[in-house]
Amino acid sequence: MFEAIAFYFFSAILIASAIMVIAGRNPVHSVLFLILAFFNAAGLFVLMGAEFLGMILIVVYVGAVAVLFLFVVMMLDIDFADLKRGTLQYLPFGVLIGLILVAELVMVGSVWALKPATQAALANATPAGITNTEALGRILYTDYVYYFQIAGLVLLVAMIGAIVLTLRSRPGVRRQVISEQNARTAAMAVDMVDIKPGEGA
Amino acid sequence: MLFTDLFTSLGMNHSLAWFISQALSILIFDVVLLVMIAYLLLADRKIWAAVQMRRGPNVVGPFGLLQTFADLTKFLLKEVIIPSGSNKVIFMLAPLVTVILAFAGWAVVPLDKGWVVADINVGILYLFAMSSLGVYGIIMAGWASNSKYPFLSALRAAAQMVSYEVSIGFVIITVLLFAGSLNLTKIVEAQAGASMLSWNVFSILFPMLPIFFVSALAETNRPPFDLVEAESELVAGFFVEYSSTPFLLFFLGEYLSIVLMCAMCSILFLGGWLPPFDFAPFTWVPGIIWFILKICFFFFMFAMVKAMVPRYRYDQLMRLGWKVFLPTSLLWVVLTASWVLFVRPHL
Repeated sequence: MFEAIAFYFFSAILIASAIMVIAGRNPVHSVLFLILAFFNAAGLFVLMGAEFLGMILIVVYVGAVAVLFLFVVMMLDIDFADLKRGTLQYLPFGVLIGLILVAELVMVGSVWALKPATQAALANATPAGITNTEALGRILYTDYVYYFQIAGLVLLVAMIGAIVLTLRSRPGVRRQVISEQNARTAAMAVDMVDIKPGEGA
Repeated sequence: MLFTDLFTSLGMNHSLAWFISQALSILIFDVVLLVMIAYLLLADRKIWAAVQMRRGPNVVGPFGLLQTFADLTKFLLKEVIIPSGSNKVIFMLAPLVTVILAFAGWAVVPLDKGWVVADINVGILYLFAMSSLGVYGIIMAGWASNSKYPFLSALRAAAQMVSYEVSIGFVIITVLLFAGSLNLTKIVEAQAGASMLSWNVFSILFPMLPIFFVSALAETNRPPFDLVEAESELVAGFFVEYSSTPFLLFFLGEYLSIVLMCAMCSILFLGGWLPPFDFAPFTWVPGIIWFILKICFFFFMFAMVKAMVPRYRYDQLMRLGWKVFLPTSLLWVVLTASWVLFVRPHL
Protein backbone atom coordinates (compact mmCIF):
# COMPACT_ATOMS: atom_id res chain seq x y z
CA MET A 1 0.00 0.00 0.00
CA PHE A 2 2.57 2.55 1.20
CA GLU A 3 5.10 1.31 -1.34
CA ALA A 4 2.60 1.66 -4.17
CA ILE A 5 1.79 5.25 -3.18
CA ALA A 6 5.50 6.08 -2.92
CA PHE A 7 6.20 4.43 -6.28
CA TYR A 8 3.53 6.42 -8.13
CA PHE A 9 4.55 9.59 -6.32
CA PHE A 10 8.23 9.27 -7.29
CA SER A 11 7.44 8.11 -10.83
CA ALA A 12 4.97 10.91 -11.51
CA ILE A 13 7.39 13.59 -10.31
CA LEU A 14 10.25 11.91 -12.18
CA ILE A 15 8.37 11.96 -15.49
CA ALA A 16 7.00 15.46 -14.97
CA SER A 17 10.42 16.88 -14.12
CA ALA A 18 12.03 15.00 -17.02
CA ILE A 19 9.53 16.67 -19.34
CA MET A 20 10.26 20.04 -17.75
CA VAL A 21 14.00 19.50 -18.41
CA ILE A 22 13.40 19.67 -22.14
CA ALA A 23 10.37 21.96 -22.05
CA GLY A 24 11.88 24.64 -19.80
CA ARG A 25 12.87 27.90 -21.50
CA ASN A 26 15.60 28.75 -19.03
CA PRO A 27 18.57 26.33 -19.01
CA VAL A 28 19.12 26.87 -15.26
CA HIS A 29 15.55 25.75 -14.59
CA SER A 30 16.21 22.74 -16.81
CA VAL A 31 19.23 21.73 -14.73
CA LEU A 32 17.27 22.18 -11.50
CA PHE A 33 14.50 19.96 -12.88
CA LEU A 34 17.17 17.44 -13.89
CA ILE A 35 18.31 17.39 -10.27
CA LEU A 36 14.73 16.81 -9.13
CA ALA A 37 14.54 13.94 -11.62
CA PHE A 38 17.75 12.42 -10.19
CA PHE A 39 16.32 12.67 -6.68
CA ASN A 40 13.17 10.83 -7.64
CA ALA A 41 15.15 8.17 -9.51
CA ALA A 42 17.16 7.70 -6.30
CA GLY A 43 13.87 7.37 -4.43
CA LEU A 44 12.81 4.62 -6.83
CA PHE A 45 16.13 2.80 -6.27
CA VAL A 46 15.62 2.95 -2.51
CA LEU A 47 12.09 1.66 -2.96
CA MET A 48 13.47 -1.34 -4.86
CA GLY A 49 15.81 -2.06 -1.96
CA ALA A 50 18.91 -0.89 -3.82
CA GLU A 51 19.80 1.82 -1.29
CA PHE A 52 23.49 1.81 -2.24
CA LEU A 53 22.74 2.64 -5.88
CA GLY A 54 20.27 5.32 -4.80
CA MET A 55 22.82 7.05 -2.56
CA ILE A 56 25.58 6.76 -5.19
CA LEU A 57 23.21 8.31 -7.73
CA ILE A 58 22.75 11.30 -5.44
CA VAL A 59 26.42 11.61 -4.46
CA VAL A 60 27.80 11.28 -7.99
CA TYR A 61 25.15 12.81 -10.22
CA VAL A 62 23.55 15.40 -7.98
CA GLY A 63 26.53 16.13 -5.73
CA ALA A 64 29.17 16.39 -8.44
CA VAL A 65 28.02 16.16 -12.07
CA ALA A 66 24.98 18.41 -11.78
CA VAL A 67 26.97 21.00 -9.80
CA LEU A 68 29.33 21.28 -12.77
CA PHE A 69 26.36 21.43 -15.18
CA LEU A 70 24.83 24.23 -13.16
CA PHE A 71 28.20 25.94 -12.96
CA VAL A 72 28.53 25.99 -16.76
CA VAL A 73 24.90 26.78 -17.52
CA MET A 74 24.84 29.70 -15.09
CA MET A 75 27.70 31.31 -16.98
CA LEU A 76 25.85 31.21 -20.31
CA ASP A 77 24.74 34.55 -21.63
CA ILE A 78 21.31 33.73 -22.96
CA ASP A 79 19.19 35.82 -25.27
CA PHE A 80 15.69 34.38 -24.91
CA ALA A 81 14.41 35.98 -28.13
CA ASP A 82 17.23 34.27 -30.02
CA LEU A 83 16.30 30.91 -28.52
CA LYS A 84 12.68 31.21 -29.63
CA ARG A 85 13.58 32.27 -33.17
CA GLY A 86 15.42 29.04 -33.94
CA THR A 87 12.69 26.72 -32.67
CA LEU A 88 10.55 26.56 -35.82
CA GLN A 89 13.53 26.19 -38.10
CA TYR A 90 14.87 23.13 -36.30
CA LEU A 91 11.49 21.58 -35.53
CA PRO A 92 11.47 19.12 -38.48
CA PHE A 93 14.88 17.74 -37.52
CA GLY A 94 13.82 17.37 -33.91
CA VAL A 95 10.62 15.56 -34.87
CA LEU A 96 12.55 13.28 -37.24
CA ILE A 97 15.13 12.29 -34.61
CA GLY A 98 12.35 11.80 -32.06
CA LEU A 99 10.43 9.51 -34.42
CA ILE A 100 13.54 7.42 -35.15
CA LEU A 101 14.18 7.02 -31.41
CA VAL A 102 10.57 6.03 -30.74
CA ALA A 103 10.69 3.47 -33.58
CA GLU A 104 13.91 2.00 -32.17
CA LEU A 105 12.49 1.84 -28.67
CA VAL A 106 9.38 0.05 -29.95
CA MET A 107 11.53 -2.42 -31.87
CA VAL A 108 13.71 -3.16 -28.83
CA GLY A 109 10.75 -3.31 -26.47
CA SER A 110 8.71 -5.71 -28.60
CA VAL A 111 11.45 -8.36 -28.80
CA TRP A 112 12.86 -7.92 -25.26
CA ALA A 113 12.97 -11.16 -23.29
CA LEU A 114 15.00 -12.23 -20.27
CA LYS A 115 16.78 -15.55 -19.96
CA PRO A 116 15.21 -17.81 -17.30
CA ALA A 117 18.46 -17.69 -15.32
CA THR A 118 18.37 -13.89 -15.24
CA GLN A 119 14.76 -13.92 -14.13
CA ALA A 120 15.65 -16.18 -11.23
CA ALA A 121 18.48 -13.86 -10.25
CA LEU A 122 16.18 -10.82 -10.50
CA ALA A 123 13.66 -12.37 -8.14
CA ASN A 124 16.16 -12.37 -5.27
CA ALA A 125 18.79 -9.84 -6.24
CA THR A 126 20.44 -9.69 -2.82
CA PRO A 127 21.45 -12.96 -1.13
CA ALA A 128 19.94 -13.35 2.32
CA GLY A 129 21.85 -12.02 5.31
CA ILE A 130 24.10 -9.47 3.60
CA THR A 131 23.46 -5.84 2.70
CA ASN A 132 23.22 -4.92 -0.95
CA THR A 133 26.42 -2.85 -0.67
CA GLU A 134 28.22 -6.05 0.26
CA ALA A 135 26.42 -8.03 -2.45
CA LEU A 136 27.45 -5.50 -5.11
CA GLY A 137 31.03 -5.55 -3.87
CA ARG A 138 31.19 -9.34 -3.96
CA ILE A 139 30.10 -9.38 -7.60
CA LEU A 140 32.12 -6.37 -8.75
CA TYR A 141 35.39 -7.53 -7.21
CA THR A 142 35.12 -11.20 -8.14
CA ASP A 143 33.25 -12.02 -11.37
CA TYR A 144 33.59 -8.61 -12.97
CA VAL A 145 36.87 -7.41 -11.52
CA TYR A 146 38.54 -6.92 -14.93
CA TYR A 147 35.60 -4.98 -16.37
CA PHE A 148 35.54 -2.88 -13.23
CA GLN A 149 39.24 -2.13 -13.50
CA ILE A 150 38.92 -1.35 -17.21
CA ALA A 151 36.06 1.07 -16.49
CA GLY A 152 38.33 2.76 -13.95
CA LEU A 153 41.13 2.99 -16.50
CA VAL A 154 38.79 4.52 -19.09
CA LEU A 155 37.84 7.20 -16.59
CA LEU A 156 41.50 7.79 -15.77
CA VAL A 157 42.34 8.19 -19.47
CA ALA A 158 39.45 10.65 -19.88
CA MET A 159 40.71 12.61 -16.88
CA ILE A 160 44.30 12.75 -18.14
CA GLY A 161 43.01 13.65 -21.62
CA ALA A 162 41.04 16.59 -20.26
CA ILE A 163 44.07 17.83 -18.35
CA VAL A 164 46.37 17.44 -21.38
CA LEU A 165 43.92 19.30 -23.61
CA THR A 166 43.53 22.26 -21.29
CA LEU A 167 47.02 22.51 -19.85
CA ARG A 168 48.95 25.40 -21.37
CA SER A 169 52.57 26.00 -20.50
CA ARG A 170 53.25 29.60 -21.38
CA PRO A 171 56.81 30.86 -21.12
CA GLY A 172 57.57 33.80 -18.91
CA VAL A 173 54.83 33.18 -16.33
CA ARG A 174 55.99 33.68 -12.77
CA ARG A 175 54.63 30.96 -10.52
CA GLN A 176 54.54 30.78 -6.77
CA VAL A 177 56.59 28.07 -5.14
CA ILE A 178 54.73 27.39 -1.93
CA SER A 179 57.57 25.46 -0.30
CA GLU A 180 59.90 28.44 -0.81
CA GLN A 181 57.29 30.75 0.69
CA ASN A 182 56.85 28.50 3.67
CA ALA A 183 60.59 28.11 4.16
CA ARG A 184 61.07 31.89 4.42
CA THR A 185 61.86 33.04 7.94
CA ALA A 186 61.62 36.46 9.54
CA ALA A 187 65.40 36.83 9.33
CA MET A 188 65.27 36.41 5.53
CA ALA A 189 62.36 38.81 5.05
CA VAL A 190 63.29 41.70 7.34
CA ASP A 191 66.52 43.66 7.05
CA MET A 192 67.38 45.73 10.10
CA VAL A 193 69.23 48.89 9.09
CA ASP A 194 70.70 51.30 11.57
CA ILE A 195 70.29 54.77 10.06
CA LYS A 196 72.07 57.73 11.55
CA PRO A 197 69.99 60.89 11.99
CA GLY A 198 70.14 63.24 8.99
CA GLU A 199 71.58 60.65 6.55
CA GLY A 200 68.60 58.87 5.02
CA ALA A 201 68.55 55.30 3.77
CA MET B 1 11.35 3.22 16.74
CA LEU B 2 11.55 4.62 20.25
CA PHE B 3 7.84 4.83 20.94
CA THR B 4 6.57 2.02 18.72
CA ASP B 5 6.21 -0.41 21.65
CA LEU B 6 4.42 2.21 23.73
CA PHE B 7 1.83 2.85 21.04
CA THR B 8 1.32 -0.83 20.18
CA SER B 9 0.65 -1.47 23.88
CA LEU B 10 -2.10 1.16 23.65
CA GLY B 11 -3.83 -1.02 21.07
CA MET B 12 -2.78 0.52 17.76
CA ASN B 13 -1.78 -1.69 14.88
CA HIS B 14 1.92 -1.89 14.20
CA SER B 15 2.33 0.23 11.09
CA LEU B 16 0.25 3.11 12.49
CA ALA B 17 2.18 2.97 15.76
CA TRP B 18 5.43 3.01 13.80
CA PHE B 19 4.29 6.00 11.75
CA ILE B 20 3.20 8.05 14.76
CA SER B 21 6.30 7.18 16.75
CA GLN B 22 8.53 8.21 13.84
CA ALA B 23 6.69 11.52 13.44
CA LEU B 24 6.90 12.13 17.20
CA SER B 25 10.61 11.33 17.42
CA ILE B 26 11.38 13.59 14.44
CA LEU B 27 9.43 16.41 16.09
CA ILE B 28 11.15 16.02 19.46
CA PHE B 29 14.54 15.64 17.82
CA ASP B 30 14.16 18.79 15.72
CA VAL B 31 12.91 20.92 18.61
CA VAL B 32 15.76 19.78 20.85
CA LEU B 33 18.20 20.36 18.00
CA LEU B 34 16.93 23.91 17.44
CA VAL B 35 17.22 24.79 21.12
CA MET B 36 20.70 23.30 21.17
CA ILE B 37 21.64 25.36 18.09
CA ALA B 38 20.34 28.50 19.81
CA TYR B 39 22.68 27.96 22.76
CA LEU B 40 25.62 26.82 20.63
CA LEU B 41 25.22 30.07 18.69
CA LEU B 42 25.43 31.98 21.94
CA ALA B 43 28.42 29.88 23.01
CA ASP B 44 30.08 30.68 19.69
CA ARG B 45 29.70 34.42 20.26
CA LYS B 46 30.81 34.14 23.88
CA ILE B 47 33.94 32.20 22.86
CA TRP B 48 34.93 34.78 20.24
CA ALA B 49 34.24 37.51 22.76
CA ALA B 50 36.47 35.79 25.34
CA VAL B 51 39.28 35.41 22.80
CA GLN B 52 39.04 39.12 21.99
CA MET B 53 38.71 40.02 25.72
CA ARG B 54 35.16 41.32 25.32
CA ARG B 55 32.05 40.26 27.21
CA GLY B 56 29.92 39.17 24.28
CA PRO B 57 26.11 39.27 24.38
CA ASN B 58 25.13 39.88 28.02
CA VAL B 59 22.07 42.13 27.95
CA VAL B 60 19.09 39.96 26.97
CA GLY B 61 18.31 37.64 29.87
CA PRO B 62 20.79 36.52 32.56
CA PHE B 63 24.30 36.27 31.00
CA GLY B 64 22.68 36.97 27.61
CA LEU B 65 21.04 33.53 27.63
CA LEU B 66 18.00 34.78 25.69
CA GLN B 67 20.02 36.68 23.07
CA THR B 68 19.42 34.13 20.30
CA PHE B 69 15.67 34.17 20.91
CA ALA B 70 15.66 37.97 20.71
CA ASP B 71 17.54 37.73 17.40
CA LEU B 72 15.06 35.14 16.18
CA THR B 73 12.10 37.40 16.94
CA LYS B 74 13.82 40.29 15.21
CA PHE B 75 14.44 38.27 12.06
CA LEU B 76 10.88 36.95 11.96
CA LEU B 77 9.30 40.39 12.38
CA LYS B 78 11.29 42.17 9.67
CA GLU B 79 9.99 42.60 6.15
CA VAL B 80 11.04 40.12 3.46
CA ILE B 81 12.54 42.05 0.54
CA ILE B 82 12.66 40.35 -2.84
CA PRO B 83 14.75 42.19 -5.44
CA SER B 84 12.68 43.03 -8.53
CA GLY B 85 15.31 41.65 -10.93
CA SER B 86 15.58 38.32 -9.13
CA ASN B 87 14.23 34.96 -10.20
CA LYS B 88 11.60 34.89 -7.47
CA VAL B 89 10.79 31.18 -7.17
CA ILE B 90 14.43 30.08 -7.01
CA PHE B 91 15.26 33.07 -4.80
CA MET B 92 12.81 31.85 -2.16
CA LEU B 93 13.59 28.17 -2.76
CA ALA B 94 17.32 28.54 -2.01
CA PRO B 95 17.12 29.15 1.77
CA LEU B 96 14.52 26.38 2.08
CA VAL B 97 16.80 23.93 0.26
CA THR B 98 19.69 24.87 2.55
CA VAL B 99 17.78 24.38 5.78
CA ILE B 100 15.87 21.26 4.69
CA LEU B 101 19.07 19.50 3.59
CA ALA B 102 20.77 20.50 6.84
CA PHE B 103 17.87 18.99 8.83
CA ALA B 104 17.65 15.89 6.61
CA GLY B 105 21.23 14.89 7.38
CA TRP B 106 20.39 14.51 11.08
CA ALA B 107 17.91 11.70 10.35
CA VAL B 108 20.61 9.02 10.43
CA VAL B 109 22.73 10.31 13.34
CA PRO B 110 22.61 7.86 16.25
CA LEU B 111 22.45 9.76 19.57
CA ASP B 112 22.76 6.63 21.67
CA LYS B 113 22.41 2.91 21.11
CA GLY B 114 19.13 2.54 19.20
CA TRP B 115 18.30 6.27 19.48
CA VAL B 116 18.17 7.04 15.79
CA VAL B 117 15.32 8.18 13.56
CA ALA B 118 16.38 6.14 10.51
CA ASP B 119 18.82 3.27 11.12
CA ILE B 120 19.66 2.66 7.46
CA ASN B 121 22.39 0.44 6.02
CA VAL B 122 24.06 3.20 4.04
CA GLY B 123 23.84 5.85 6.78
CA ILE B 124 27.25 7.36 6.20
CA LEU B 125 26.70 7.55 2.46
CA TYR B 126 23.40 9.32 3.10
CA LEU B 127 25.12 11.79 5.40
CA PHE B 128 27.80 12.40 2.78
CA ALA B 129 25.14 12.92 0.10
CA MET B 130 23.21 15.42 2.24
CA SER B 131 26.32 17.41 3.17
CA SER B 132 27.49 17.51 -0.45
CA LEU B 133 24.10 18.84 -1.56
CA GLY B 134 24.50 21.87 0.71
CA VAL B 135 26.19 23.69 -2.17
CA TYR B 136 22.89 23.89 -4.08
CA GLY B 137 21.32 26.37 -1.69
CA ILE B 138 24.31 28.65 -2.16
CA ILE B 139 24.47 28.33 -5.97
CA MET B 140 20.72 28.87 -6.31
CA ALA B 141 20.82 31.90 -4.02
CA GLY B 142 23.77 33.38 -5.91
CA TRP B 143 22.22 32.93 -9.31
CA ALA B 144 18.65 33.90 -8.45
CA SER B 145 19.70 37.15 -6.76
CA ASN B 146 20.72 38.47 -10.20
CA SER B 147 23.48 40.52 -8.68
CA LYS B 148 27.28 40.51 -9.06
CA TYR B 149 28.55 39.75 -5.59
CA PRO B 150 26.22 36.85 -4.79
CA PHE B 151 27.01 35.32 -8.17
CA LEU B 152 30.78 35.50 -7.66
CA SER B 153 30.29 34.06 -4.21
CA ALA B 154 28.21 31.19 -5.60
CA LEU B 155 30.95 30.34 -8.09
CA ARG B 156 33.55 30.30 -5.34
CA ALA B 157 31.30 28.14 -3.19
CA ALA B 158 30.74 25.58 -5.93
CA ALA B 159 34.47 25.20 -6.60
CA GLN B 160 35.38 25.12 -2.91
CA MET B 161 32.75 22.63 -1.76
CA VAL B 162 33.29 20.22 -4.66
CA SER B 163 37.04 20.26 -3.95
CA TYR B 164 36.75 19.47 -0.26
CA GLU B 165 34.04 16.87 -0.76
CA VAL B 166 36.66 14.70 -2.43
CA SER B 167 38.87 14.52 0.65
CA ILE B 168 35.85 14.13 2.96
CA GLY B 169 34.77 11.19 0.80
CA PHE B 170 38.17 9.51 1.06
CA VAL B 171 38.32 10.01 4.85
CA ILE B 172 34.88 8.43 5.13
CA ILE B 173 36.09 5.50 3.03
CA THR B 174 39.02 4.88 5.40
CA VAL B 175 36.65 4.84 8.38
CA LEU B 176 34.16 2.51 6.77
CA LEU B 177 36.95 0.18 5.66
CA PHE B 178 38.13 0.09 9.26
CA ALA B 179 34.66 -0.53 10.68
CA GLY B 180 33.54 -2.81 7.86
CA SER B 181 30.12 -1.19 7.63
CA LEU B 182 28.32 1.87 6.28
CA ASN B 183 25.85 1.88 9.15
CA LEU B 184 26.64 4.63 11.66
CA THR B 185 25.55 2.56 14.65
CA LYS B 186 27.89 -0.24 13.59
CA ILE B 187 30.71 2.24 12.99
CA VAL B 188 30.34 3.42 16.60
CA GLU B 189 30.04 -0.11 17.96
CA ALA B 190 33.20 -1.14 16.09
CA GLN B 191 35.05 1.39 18.28
CA ALA B 192 33.85 -0.11 21.57
CA GLY B 193 36.55 -1.38 23.92
CA ALA B 194 37.97 -1.15 27.43
CA SER B 195 38.97 2.50 27.11
CA MET B 196 39.14 5.35 24.66
CA LEU B 197 42.27 3.81 23.14
CA SER B 198 39.97 1.72 20.95
CA TRP B 199 38.45 4.81 19.32
CA ASN B 200 39.36 5.42 15.70
CA VAL B 201 41.35 8.53 16.52
CA PHE B 202 43.86 6.40 18.45
CA SER B 203 44.17 3.83 15.67
CA ILE B 204 45.94 3.92 12.32
CA LEU B 205 43.28 6.44 11.25
CA PHE B 206 44.67 9.22 13.49
CA PRO B 207 45.84 11.59 10.68
CA MET B 208 42.39 11.44 9.12
CA LEU B 209 40.78 13.39 11.96
CA PRO B 210 42.65 16.67 11.27
CA ILE B 211 42.02 16.25 7.53
CA PHE B 212 38.33 15.63 8.15
CA PHE B 213 38.09 18.53 10.57
CA VAL B 214 39.74 21.02 8.22
CA SER B 215 37.70 19.75 5.27
CA ALA B 216 34.58 20.16 7.39
CA LEU B 217 35.58 23.79 8.03
CA ALA B 218 35.89 24.29 4.27
CA GLU B 219 32.70 22.40 3.49
CA THR B 220 30.65 24.56 5.86
CA ASN B 221 32.36 27.80 4.71
CA ARG B 222 33.66 28.57 8.15
CA PRO B 223 36.71 30.77 8.65
CA PRO B 224 39.55 30.47 7.63
CA PHE B 225 37.79 29.17 4.51
CA ASP B 226 34.91 31.66 4.39
CA LEU B 227 35.90 33.04 0.98
CA VAL B 228 32.29 32.49 -0.03
CA GLU B 229 31.23 35.32 2.24
CA ALA B 230 34.49 37.27 2.42
CA GLU B 231 33.02 40.60 3.47
CA SER B 232 36.02 42.65 2.40
CA GLU B 233 35.61 41.47 -1.19
CA LEU B 234 32.05 40.24 -1.69
CA VAL B 235 30.01 42.31 0.81
CA ALA B 236 28.17 39.41 2.49
CA GLY B 237 28.57 36.82 -0.24
CA PHE B 238 25.70 34.78 -1.55
CA PHE B 239 23.11 36.21 0.87
CA VAL B 240 23.69 39.89 0.15
CA GLU B 241 20.14 40.27 -1.18
CA TYR B 242 18.46 38.27 1.58
CA SER B 243 16.70 39.78 4.55
CA SER B 244 14.50 38.71 7.43
CA THR B 245 13.31 35.05 7.54
CA PRO B 246 15.13 33.79 4.42
CA PHE B 247 18.36 35.16 5.87
CA LEU B 248 17.55 33.45 9.15
CA LEU B 249 17.07 30.17 7.28
CA PHE B 250 20.52 30.45 5.70
CA PHE B 251 22.01 31.19 9.09
CA LEU B 252 20.19 28.26 10.67
CA GLY B 253 21.19 25.94 7.83
CA GLU B 254 24.83 26.93 8.24
CA TYR B 255 24.84 26.22 11.97
CA LEU B 256 22.89 22.97 11.53
CA SER B 257 25.48 21.70 9.09
CA ILE B 258 28.35 22.85 11.33
CA VAL B 259 26.93 20.90 14.27
CA LEU B 260 26.24 17.97 11.94
CA MET B 261 29.91 18.01 10.96
CA CYS B 262 30.87 18.06 14.66
CA ALA B 263 28.57 15.07 15.19
CA MET B 264 30.19 13.29 12.24
CA CYS B 265 33.66 13.94 13.67
CA SER B 266 32.63 12.43 16.99
CA ILE B 267 30.90 9.43 15.41
CA LEU B 268 33.68 8.62 12.98
CA PHE B 269 36.66 9.23 15.25
CA LEU B 270 35.68 9.67 18.91
CA GLY B 271 33.32 6.73 19.27
CA GLY B 272 29.96 8.57 19.25
CA TRP B 273 28.04 7.79 22.44
CA LEU B 274 30.74 5.52 23.94
CA PRO B 275 32.17 6.55 27.34
CA PRO B 276 35.94 7.20 27.48
CA PHE B 277 36.45 4.33 29.93
CA ASP B 278 34.27 1.28 30.15
CA PHE B 279 33.96 1.09 33.96
CA ALA B 280 31.79 2.30 36.80
CA PRO B 281 31.53 6.09 37.13
CA PHE B 282 31.84 6.60 33.38
CA THR B 283 29.26 4.03 32.35
CA TRP B 284 26.66 5.59 34.70
CA VAL B 285 26.50 8.66 32.48
CA PRO B 286 24.01 8.14 29.62
CA GLY B 287 25.52 7.77 26.16
CA ILE B 288 23.76 10.82 24.79
CA ILE B 289 25.56 13.03 27.33
CA TRP B 290 28.94 11.73 26.11
CA PHE B 291 27.83 12.32 22.54
CA ILE B 292 26.77 15.90 23.24
CA LEU B 293 30.01 16.55 25.15
CA LYS B 294 32.00 15.36 22.14
CA ILE B 295 29.93 17.54 19.80
CA CYS B 296 30.56 20.50 22.11
CA PHE B 297 34.29 19.76 22.10
CA PHE B 298 34.41 19.91 18.30
CA PHE B 299 32.16 22.97 18.25
CA PHE B 300 34.58 24.70 20.61
CA MET B 301 37.38 23.87 18.18
CA PHE B 302 35.31 25.33 15.30
CA ALA B 303 34.77 28.52 17.31
CA MET B 304 38.43 28.79 18.30
CA VAL B 305 39.55 28.37 14.69
CA LYS B 306 37.24 31.20 13.69
CA ALA B 307 38.54 33.38 16.48
CA MET B 308 42.23 32.77 15.84
CA VAL B 309 43.06 31.92 12.22
CA PRO B 310 43.20 34.56 9.46
CA ARG B 311 41.41 33.95 6.17
CA TYR B 312 43.12 31.80 3.52
CA ARG B 313 43.87 33.07 0.04
CA TYR B 314 41.80 31.35 -2.67
CA ASP B 315 44.76 29.67 -4.41
CA GLN B 316 46.04 28.43 -1.04
CA LEU B 317 42.62 26.95 -0.34
CA MET B 318 42.60 25.06 -3.63
CA ARG B 319 46.19 23.92 -3.14
CA LEU B 320 45.43 22.58 0.33
CA GLY B 321 42.41 20.66 -0.95
CA TRP B 322 43.82 19.16 -4.13
CA LYS B 323 47.56 18.91 -3.50
CA VAL B 324 47.76 18.09 0.20
CA PHE B 325 44.53 16.53 1.46
CA LEU B 326 43.59 14.52 -1.63
CA PRO B 327 46.94 12.64 -1.98
CA THR B 328 47.23 12.09 1.78
CA SER B 329 43.73 10.72 2.17
CA LEU B 330 44.08 8.60 -0.99
CA LEU B 331 47.30 7.12 0.37
CA TRP B 332 45.57 6.46 3.66
CA VAL B 333 42.75 4.57 1.91
CA VAL B 334 45.36 2.17 0.47
CA LEU B 335 47.15 1.97 3.81
CA THR B 336 43.98 1.28 5.79
CA ALA B 337 42.82 -1.34 3.30
CA SER B 338 46.20 -3.10 3.56
CA TRP B 339 46.09 -2.89 7.36
CA VAL B 340 42.61 -4.36 7.53
CA LEU B 341 43.47 -7.15 5.09
CA PHE B 342 47.01 -8.13 6.09
CA VAL B 343 47.93 -6.84 9.55
CA ARG B 344 44.77 -6.84 11.65
CA PRO B 345 44.03 -10.59 11.30
CA HIS B 346 47.42 -11.33 12.91
CA LEU B 347 47.07 -8.95 15.87
